[in-house]
Amino acid sequence: MSNNDAFIILTGVSKHFGPVVAVDDINLTISGGEFFSLLGPSGCGKTTLLRMLAGFESPTSGEIFIDDAPMSEVPPYQRPTNMVFQNYAIFPHLNVRANIGYGLRYDKLSKAELDRRIDESLEMVKLPGFGTRRSEELSGGQRQRVALARALVKRPKVLLLDEPLGALDKKLREEMQLELRALQESVGITFIFVTHDQEEALTLSDRVAVMARGKALQVASPQQLYNCPVSIEVADFIGQMNFIDARVIEVEGERAVLEARGLGRVRAVASADFVRQGAQVVVAVRPEKLSLSYESSSDGRCSVQGEMKTAAYLGDRSHIYVTVDGCEKPLSVAAQEVESSSGQPIERGSEVWISWADESLVLLPVA
Amino acid sequence: MNIHRVNQATPGASLGIASVTSWRGKLRAVFLRSEAIRGYTLLSPTLVVMMFGMCAPFAIMVAVSFWTQHAFDFDTTFTLGRYQDVIDKPIYMALMLRSLAISGACTVVTVLLAYPMAYYVAFHVHRHKLIWIILMTLPFWTSYLLRVFAWKVILGFNGVINSGLKGLGLIEQPLEFLLYSPTAVVITLAHAWAAFAILPIYVSLEKIDRSLLEAATDLGDGPVKRFLGVTLPLSLPGIIAATLLIFIPTVGDYVTPALVGGPSGIMLANNIQAQFGKVNDWPMGAALAMAMMITVAVISVVYIWVTRKAAGRIV
Amino acid sequence: MGDAQGGGANRMREVSYIERSNRPLHVYALMYLAFLYIPVLFLPLFSFNDAVYAAFPLKGFTTKWYEQMLASEPMFAALTNSIKVGATTALLATVLGIFGAKAVTRYRMPGKQPVVFVIMLPLVIPGIILGVALLILVTRLGINLSLYTVTLGHILISVPFAMATLIPRFEGFDKSMEEASADLGANAWSTFWRVTLPMVFPGVLASYLLCFTISFDEFIMAFFLAGTDPTLPIFIWGQLRFPLLLPRVLALGACILAVSFVLVFIAQWLARPGAIRSLDSRP
Ligand SMILES: Nc1ncnc2c1ncn2[C@@H]1O[C@H](COP(=O)(O)OP(=O)(O)OP(=O)(O)O)[C@@H](O)[C@H]1O
Ligand SMILES: [Mg+2]
Repeated sequence: MSNNDAFIILTGVSKHFGPVVAVDDINLTISGGEFFSLLGPSGCGKTTLLRMLAGFESPTSGEIFIDDAPMSEVPPYQRPTNMVFQNYAIFPHLNVRANIGYGLRYDKLSKAELDRRIDESLEMVKLPGFGTRRSEELSGGQRQRVALARALVKRPKVLLLDEPLGALDKKLREEMQLELRALQESVGITFIFVTHDQEEALTLSDRVAVMARGKALQVASPQQLYNCPVSIEVADFIGQMNFIDARVIEVEGERAVLEARGLGRVRAVASADFVRQGAQVVVAVRPEKLSLSYESSSDGRCSVQGEMKTAAYLGDRSHIYVTVDGCEKPLSVAAQEVESSSGQPIERGSEVWISWADESLVLLPVA
Repeated sequence: MNIHRVNQATPGASLGIASVTSWRGKLRAVFLRSEAIRGYTLLSPTLVVMMFGMCAPFAIMVAVSFWTQHAFDFDTTFTLGRYQDVIDKPIYMALMLRSLAISGACTVVTVLLAYPMAYYVAFHVHRHKLIWIILMTLPFWTSYLLRVFAWKVILGFNGVINSGLKGLGLIEQPLEFLLYSPTAVVITLAHAWAAFAILPIYVSLEKIDRSLLEAATDLGDGPVKRFLGVTLPLSLPGIIAATLLIFIPTVGDYVTPALVGGPSGIMLANNIQAQFGKVNDWPMGAALAMAMMITVAVISVVYIWVTRKAAGRIV
Repeated sequence: MGDAQGGGANRMREVSYIERSNRPLHVYALMYLAFLYIPVLFLPLFSFNDAVYAAFPLKGFTTKWYEQMLASEPMFAALTNSIKVGATTALLATVLGIFGAKAVTRYRMPGKQPVVFVIMLPLVIPGIILGVALLILVTRLGINLSLYTVTLGHILISVPFAMATLIPRFEGFDKSMEEASADLGANAWSTFWRVTLPMVFPGVLASYLLCFTISFDEFIMAFFLAGTDPTLPIFIWGQLRFPLLLPRVLALGACILAVSFVLVFIAQWLARPGAIRSLDSRP
């Protein structure tokens, strides 16, 4: 591998299906051994992008490089990629061994070596002894493992996975997520993983590309995505967030002072150059970065008074909606338990104080 | 967050690799890139055979229809004389009209008989549906000649019906109208083409969403109104397809008229066949074939247009 | 009585209001089936009748017509011709059908509709027109009429049927199977042999049998395009002129019908929609 930091490069890749622009001018760099996810709502072009990497679709414009080689003239069967299909595409006329051995035929292996590789990969996906079963005799999770083994046994440089866990139930899915991540670490190759489940993407990935309407909105690590989304759209797609309109009063170095609707004067980190004096921006804050109390904050944190409206119980935590004068929408505040500091449960209609730390506010451009 | 901006420099170096590849590689890239080209490449053997197999014969038939027969050779000077004959000689017009009338009658009879059958299988057969469908279409696949021949055996002067009725003492003299008449041709064709009527109608009935029928019932339609108001209009595409699938080929049938038609059941195709046989006037035969094709095409187009219009008004 | 009513009520509940049974229609359906089959069944019936004329009352059982038929040299010659033509036609039409069906179902192509229309056209062109047009072409090109010209004509009318049989088969299995094969290193050729063909094989077999039957039974085109070697239907046509040979034709016809029925039944069964379901891999 000549260039591990830029193992896969996409330059200006677009794909048009007649009038439909499925993928729109994507520029991406993915390094070797990275677990990279494509995340986005249905129809945003994730599958199309993955299929262009695999070679099933060719870009309308742009070029894809894998390991420094341009891919436009390389047919799927000669690419250093292998794919786990969304519906697994297990050949129904072949048993599990034959499915896994399918691609090895082109690697000119001896019979013994072939058998060894197949056994090894059956071990790897924890299906030893399943070799003679046919695809209709397998459960969804088992098919998923066979598809995985069949692709990995080819020792690709890149493994492409199109929503491989989509057809599994929640519990099995969580199990497989852990296994997938462990597998990726042990084989050490690049995984490109398509999903529309943001939790899955954040749990598994080294980096995530958030896509919408064929474009990559943001490419970043899960932490960065969560803490510093670059736009309202990304912030909205990753978890829940409160958005408050605001105007920049003044900027001094890294610090900005703003006049936010309902919150009054707040301070935040001036993260980008759109935060200029007099500019309209949006202040975004995660519900769990807000805290709730009966008294005004005394430890120097900013705070605002509001009226408790409703509470949504989410199991491990609750979201409490608080109306604040001047704010368009009630603010959502995450709380472990819905009680005040004095131990009394907070009731609907009570007056409460919401407080936060300056660093937890994120400034976003107006949509 | 604009990581990709920075990266654009990196592939620049790699792009050099792409530009030195051979034109063969480029051709291959175009081939891989264009799904349409790959599709047509794959389709080409079939398409070439079918195009050549149909276009070439038709082109030469059109040419021949403008020639004149001289004993065993052609005079290839252009003439509209054969087409003039088609229009002027009453025999051809009469045969054409009779062919159309017999085919039309046969089409109506076949579709009318087949509709209830298709309806039955679509709505009232729940188990072994496939067996029913195979049973309905099986005779179609067996020898056309033998099926027509079977009707000759049945309808004949001394055939099954006449000898049977006589044996039962119901008739003294054989019923003569049975064989060698247009009626015989219509009955035989209705039997021979049944599958072409049943299948399209069945498919269109099977496709009807059952909840539409339930909605009609729910809104107060009895069985008859429901049928006329919902089922029949929705199965119209099947009826139209069936009509054309039967009408077009039967206009050109000559086995049935030859075997069971008798002099009064002779159709245009028999005459065309004679032009290529004992009459030995190929240009005349070609002109008649062209006339038949054009007439059928015009009738089909008008029919489709009219039924579309009518269907538009009903639905 | 109570039991019977209970059963009836049960049956009523199994099917919806719209689909509940309708006795007159049921009777009609049975009559229609009789109309379809009884005429054809008269051929075998009279082929065992000990009389030259096919008429009631039956005279007695005999197999002598079959013996006479089997002793006929020209009949066997014609049969051999028909089998040769049928086998070749079926092979070529099915191969062309596979190309066509795969292209039509697997690629986005502009102008697909009109192209498919052209390929399907022989379904609705009267046989006599295609027959005489081909006759003119072949003689103008100076080609002698022979079994080859018959085969050419038969391929033209068989390809639409091959396509119609194969297209549902190709549609019935997921494109991702072929993509998975390409992804695992198989080129187009080996993907075809290792994945596509095994998956569509029942359809291929069905198409072969149907095309064989079509060609084997075809008369009109063969009538114009056959040279001195007759196919079986042409041989039969020739025999029909002689009333005394009629019983032999009945015997031969009965045999042909039996074989056609079996072949077509197998073909239809192989091509049945449910056959796809057993191959479907989706969970
Ligand atoms: N073969 C095709 N022909 C025409 N349009 C297509 C084709 N494939 C995809 N599209 C269109 O391209 C867009 C992106 O599709 P894609 O399958 O990549 O979405 P996706 O992000 O994978 O969605 P999902 O999460 O639902 O799988 C969609 O609008 C889709 O309709
Ligand atoms: Mg997708």
